[in-house]
Amino acid sequence: MSELRLGFPDNERKADVEIPPGTPPPWDLSTDHKVVGREHTRLDAVAKVTGRAKYSYDIRFKDLIYAKFLRSPHAHAKVKRVDLANAKAMKGVLYTESYEGETVRYAGQHVAGVAAESEEILDDALRAIVVEYDVLPCVTTVEEASNEGAPGVIEGRGNLEAGREQGNLKRVQDAHDEADIVVDAEYRTQVQTHSCLETHGSVCRWDGGKLTVWSSTQSTFAVRDGMARTFGIPQSDVTVITEHMGGGFGSKFGPDAWDQFCARAARATQRPCRAMLDRREEHLAGNRPDSIQKCRFSVKKDGTLMGAEVRSQGTSGNATGGANVYNPGIYRFRAAYSKQDTVLTHASSGRAFRAPGHPQGVFALEGMIDELAEAIGMDPLELRRKNDPNPVRLKEYEIGAKEIGWHRRKKSGSDAGPVKRGLGMASARWGHNARPGAEVRCTIGRDGSVILANGSQDIGTGTRTVIGLVGAEELGLGLDDVEVRLGNTNDPYGHGSGGSVTTPSITPPTRAAAFEAKRELLRHVAAAVGGDPDAMDLKDGKVTGAPRELTFKQACGMLAVDQVTALGRMEQKPGGGGHLYPPFTGEVAGVQFAEVEVDTRTGVVRVVKVVAVQDCGLVIDPLTARSQIHGGVIQGISYALFEERILDRRTGDQVNADFLGYKIAGALDMPEIVSIPFSVSQGMTTTGVSSLGEPPTVPTSGAIGNAVANALGVRIRSLPITPAKVLAALGGVR
Amino acid sequence: MEDGRIRVTRRDVLRGAGAAALVGAVAAGQEPAAPPAKGLARVGPGAVRVPFTLNGAAAEVSVEPRVTLLDALRDRLDLTGTKRICDHGACGGCTVFLDGKPVNSCLVLAVDVSGREVTTIEGLAKGDDLHPVQAAFVKHDAAMCGFCTPGMVMSCAALLSVTKNPTEEQIRRAVAGNLCRCGTYPHVFAAVREAGGGRGADGGAGEAAR
Repeated sequence: MSELRLGFPDNERKADVEIPPGTPPPWDLSTDHKVVGREHTRLDAVAKVTGRAKYSYDIRFKDLIYAKFLRSPHAHAKVKRVDLANAKAMKGVLYTESYEGETVRYAGQHVAGVAAESEEILDDALRAIVVEYDVLPCVTTVEEASNEGAPGVIEGRGNLEAGREQGNLKRVQDAHDEADIVVDAEYRTQVQTHSCLETHGSVCRWDGGKLTVWSSTQSTFAVRDGMARTFGIPQSDVTVITEHMGGGFGSKFGPDAWDQFCARAARATQRPCRAMLDRREEHLAGNRPDSIQKCRFSVKKDGTLMGAEVRSQGTSGNATGGANVYNPGIYRFRAAYSKQDTVLTHASSGRAFRAPGHPQGVFALEGMIDELAEAIGMDPLELRRKNDPNPVRLKEYEIGAKEIGWHRRKKSGSDAGPVKRGLGMASARWGHNARPGAEVRCTIGRDGSVILANGSQDIGTGTRTVIGLVGAEELGLGLDDVEVRLGNTNDPYGHGSGGSVTTPSITPPTRAAAFEAKRELLRHVAAAVGGDPDAMDLKDGKVTGAPRELTFKQACGMLAVDQVTALGRMEQKPGGGGHLYPPFTGEVAGVQFAEVEVDTRTGVVRVVKVVAVQDCGLVIDPLTARSQIHGGVIQGISYALFEERILDRRTGDQVNADFLGYKIAGALDMPEIVSIPFSVSQGMTTTGVSSLGEPPTVPTSGAIGNAVANALGVRIRSLPITPAKVLAALGGVR
Repeated sequence: MEDGRIRVTRRDVLRGAGAAALVGAVAAGQEPAAPPAKGLARVGPGAVRVPFTLNGAAAEVSVEPRVTLLDALRDRLDLTGTKRICDHGACGGCTVFLDGKPVNSCLVLAVDVSGREVTTIEGLAKGDDLHPVQAAFVKHDAAMCGFCTPGMVMSCAALLSVTKNPTEEQIRRAVAGNLCRCGTYPHVFAAVREAGGGRGADGGAGEAAR
């Protein structure tokens, strides 16, 4: 039996655990890390700042051709006729497809496709295609789609997709009856597009019957398997490469229609083909669904949260389902109930977007918590502390409140002058998403070179660097001593980068591979110089416990084989399922505090400062962890104040499908951001690393919404909080 | 009109695609398609040879008048460090230097750089010696997915070429036209403060974070 020290210094818990033979002893609070937990610059930073990093968009061949779809200007129509004759007659047009006879369900759906020698010829050819439509009436909003007699989006079913019902309504109503205060309010959030800077798409090349795809994807293996299915070929005949990737945020788990089209064009012409979306099309390639959340929450005067009742509706465009919100949650309620519907509209489909359902749910949930606090005259931080079951978050409240200066918070609306300041806060809860199945291969060469290989991708989160740090730690080396190969499906399997699973799921296999390769190396060392290999280890570039001094390099020179290779997996409980070790909380916790300034003359909200305290289990690299938190906060600010997809209600066409009308936060919008990664020994796996990608973007809009309400004394329950909404909320008030 | 050149916007040329476009500089070996107006040549609609200086060396590209400098760099000259992100001057991802000044290369026609000097991200480092902005970007983790990074680096290098030791406000203004979706801005500010000589290098968001 060994003792595992879980938690964090102020709140430590010990657990007696059995360490299965052949597995590395789990990292915990006692572990003295040499490289893990220290700041390191990214392994691919130089490639990125010099422009040498090759993204899928950058893959070039001498005989490369270009493919693109022609898209419908109508949101609902029958494609009566597609006349490709003029396009086909053009010199340099090599391949075409027609989708005549299909039904268009959103403006921008593809109706024809062309591949050509150059992008200029492609543009000419797409313009030369004549399409006849039977234009049909469309619905673009939840309200319109819900009207009696509204045009249906999918034949044979109504537009309302009644979603899941959770909790016991009767118990919630009893809780309301017992409460002192019941608050009803309706919150709304907008449709947000992912706006990845590298658009979706791929470059496809066939060599005989084998397909290589350079894909801008969050899941190389999903693209491989999807392409194999599309073409009815074995997975072994498909290679997907994603060396660098320009942002996905949940929208890139393809292959998508344009990728499949690209591969067909490449096969038909026997030439490599590129199909990357343009900026306008990118706004169609996924979004965060909107929401209308009708909330009824209740509380006792002493601050006990009682009932939480939420009925939400949202649209995921022409996709069935997907508009669920995370509300209620986080806090301990006496009873909770929610019913969540997705409403079909003639719009492009929603997709997973960084913490799907959470930012929209938490904006409403945290607004309601503040409304309850206001109603009973309690400090909103105090109300949260009183009802929060998570010990990590309780500590984070303390750290965050001190950093933002929460004691300065005034009574809502009491700040004097036309420019009013306010403070607000909100929380996040996420799962500890370590998922088994990923594998890492560690190879140690006789010259001392080390390669860690995995076939999944680094989407900008620092996965490549994390693998390097964990491998180096286990081998007693520095980050520069290991090479990490990532982004080729011919290497071992890795998960799609979604659900914040990547770092928790890839670090245990990395450790296991390095551990096993190390044991094998040390057995060779013992065979050469004697001693007990089980008593040896690798530390600071040297072998410890050997009969004589040996550097890592010298040890590698003693290999009786050319190299040792080990495949590492995430260890599971012997005999099946479940994590090896008990959890500390089994979830990740975050809190954010925001300070805003609202100009009551113009309605402009300026975020002055955000403090984000975020748990992610063990922190592997504080530098890249801070980047992740900063990034989450910045996307959250952008969501809170600027972003909104606007559809023409008559045609369904997006009127702001660019970066001029669709605003994302820029340099001038940046507040001071203090990101504090909070390291917790989570247990469960050999690394105790938890999820970080998604949670930091969850609370930001809620914290800003509450800060704006605190500044103004009037609450804006609709995102984005635009100057127009601020002025409308103020009415004549100055 | 400036330097005897007429500025033709990309939109005008694209609108006239298929018809002849007016450009100021006559490309070598190109016969004017119609009698030129005073001091002007009519070229196109076919490919035009454009000689220019690229990253310090003589270069030439043959493109239709409607092709942007961005597309010429990426798809004809294989310099893919310059990114195509919005393709209409809203994001700064395609920033290059034209005669030493930063421009959005998606808003410049390739034919308009005839005889001029273009520097791309590939030309910023001297071999393995990174430009100070690049080195500071590495140190401060100012690149996440990295797709906006080349444009961001070019805008920052342009700032430092005219403003030594810039204030944070000057840095913010210099990259106000560079969009980043991952949210590297605070790291960019910290990097440029350091590269510029360190004014307030420890007071900003990237550093205050812990």
